[in-house]
Amino acid sequence: MRIAIIDESLARAAVIAEGLRASGVTDLTIFSDRTGLVARLQELSPDVVLIDLANPSRDELEEWFAVSRAISRPIAMFVDRADDSAIEAAIDAGVSAYVVDGMKPDRIRSVLDVAIKRFNAFARLRSELDDVRGQLAERKTVDAAKAILMKKRGLDEPAAYAALRKAAMDSSRKIGDVADALLTAEKLMEGL
Amino acid sequence: MTLLPVRIGFLPLVDAALPILARELGFAEEEGLALDLVRDMSWATVLDRLLYGHSDAAHMIAPLAIATTLGLGRPAVSLSAPFVLGLNGNAITLRTGLAAHIGATGLPGDIAEIGRKFAALALARKAAGTPLRLAVVHRYSSHNYMLRYWLRGSGIDPNTDVEIVTIAPPFTADALAAGEVDGICVGAPWNSAAVERGVGTVIATTSQIWRRGVEKVLAIKTARMEAELDLTQALIRALYKAGIAFVEPQRVDEITAILARNAYLDGSAAAIKRVVQDKVLFAKGQDPLHVPDFMFQHREAANFPWDSQAAWLYAQMCAAGHAVPNVQDYESARRVFRPDIYRRAIAATGAPMPGASAKLEGSIKQSLGVGTTQGRLILGADGFFDGQSFDPDAFGALVKNGTIA
Repeated sequence: MRIAIIDESLARAAVIAEGLRASGVTDLTIFSDRTGLVARLQELSPDVVLIDLANPSRDELEEWFAVSRAISRPIAMFVDRADDSAIEAAIDAGVSAYVVDGMKPDRIRSVLDVAIKRFNAFARLRSELDDVRGQLAERKTVDAAKAILMKKRGLDEPAAYAALRKAAMDSSRKIGDVADALLTAEKLMEGL
Repeated sequence: MTLLPVRIGFLPLVDAALPILARELGFAEEEGLALDLVRDMSWATVLDRLLYGHSDAAHMIAPLAIATTLGLGRPAVSLSAPFVLGLNGNAITLRTGLAAHIGATGLPGDIAEIGRKFAALALARKAAGTPLRLAVVHRYSSHNYMLRYWLRGSGIDPNTDVEIVTIAPPFTADALAAGEVDGICVGAPWNSAAVERGVGTVIATTSQIWRRGVEKVLAIKTARMEAELDLTQALIRALYKAGIAFVEPQRVDEITAILARNAYLDGSAAAIKRVVQDKVLFAKGQDPLHVPDFMFQHREAANFPWDSQAAWLYAQMCAAGHAVPNVQDYESARRVFRPDIYRRAIAATGAPMPGASAKLEGSIKQSLGVGTTQGRLILGADGFFDGQSFDPDAFGALVKNGTIA
């Protein structure tokens, strides 16, 4: 089975490709650039096209599929044959698939399952990464706030941190928010 | 009062204005709705979200609602359009050299004359083995059908004399610049984008092809609409109020600033304001020109879903070979537009309400008072460029007789 993976995120496409390879599908081509996409696809002549749901090139592709119906390898939306729950799972995961007519439904289903799992895993990974980035940013803010307290109030580092933590607890806010407020105030007062 | 959550999918285009304003100016809330908007970059995504419940309703190109109902290219799901979000707003832009070749230098010209010259160019290019390639934004778009109507009326066959392809609006200027296509038929503000980059000249607005062409609708799954009529009607009223606000001249800066926000069109407020004020940039280096019919969001009962508009679109789908004419499909297509639901929702507001649900499209030569069940309603000239008019029932009879093939 020949599969084309179209995704503006090369990282996500690679994650999906890896999953498919692990399940025994090896004829894979990744496209991340829209230039000449239809012509390159036509040349490749894939059996299945996997594309991220929000890809801006989808209307262009669907037009080509609609036209190609009349030609030698008619392509159908996977919705023609997969069951409703599979489609919903795919849409929820953010993946869409187009399949050449006549492909065996169970083979398509297994490809789709891998794609859905990989899409979900990628989304999880990204949100974890965002969390880590958020934590790093917070640590920098807290460090900057500590430095101000140490300088202005002559505190040592543990005492400066304790002061921030107490202020956070007293006002039931996160320590990062308190530190951020302190930095904003400092900026407004221009070091007064 | 608890607000009912409603999500509407949209593409970042000026004619997504009414759902955006219904939310931002508080009209949705007045109607008891917590309106949430989901922005996408392709109609395929907007449609998928609507069909699989990520959204409750969608800003949609009118013919796509009909194609989905008829099951063209995918399993049929019945959609309804109880409210029109806009008329026209599109234009045709050719590569600058080609535009000059057919005598279009950046002024609105005689569309029939431009059509004749365009046809001659197209046939010459076809004979030379390099047919003109034109991009529209979607297979089932009014852009495609208006362009085809004009080409046929100018004496060429859109299926064989030119190539028509689909390119998403944000990529159309790139495609012109790269020589991937010779011309584009696209909505605001994407023609201006091509003109400002110096890669194209506007040769016509689609309002020159049909002065009151239906463009976007509010689409809802029919089953959902019928199960939740109260919610649907509340939504229609909120959109209607947004329409009233849209046409108040003193609100134009406020409105364009909202539309320009990152979450919505994410574009230049000045460029959006130009569109809202019906000004079109025809050629680089010129001042934008006022085109009175360019775009309608509310005036002249533009939000009323005349089922004759749906019938016209179905006729064009048949002419393009996208649909195979049959009576059942003709009736289903016409029934996608739901003036009955619109009436029920708006009646209590005292807004002007047409007495009929269909009209002879393109038959109004000059502004005309029309029969209403309440209020006063004047419709402006709505002609097609070829002087023809479209009678939905006469077309239906032809379909029935099998004389449309």
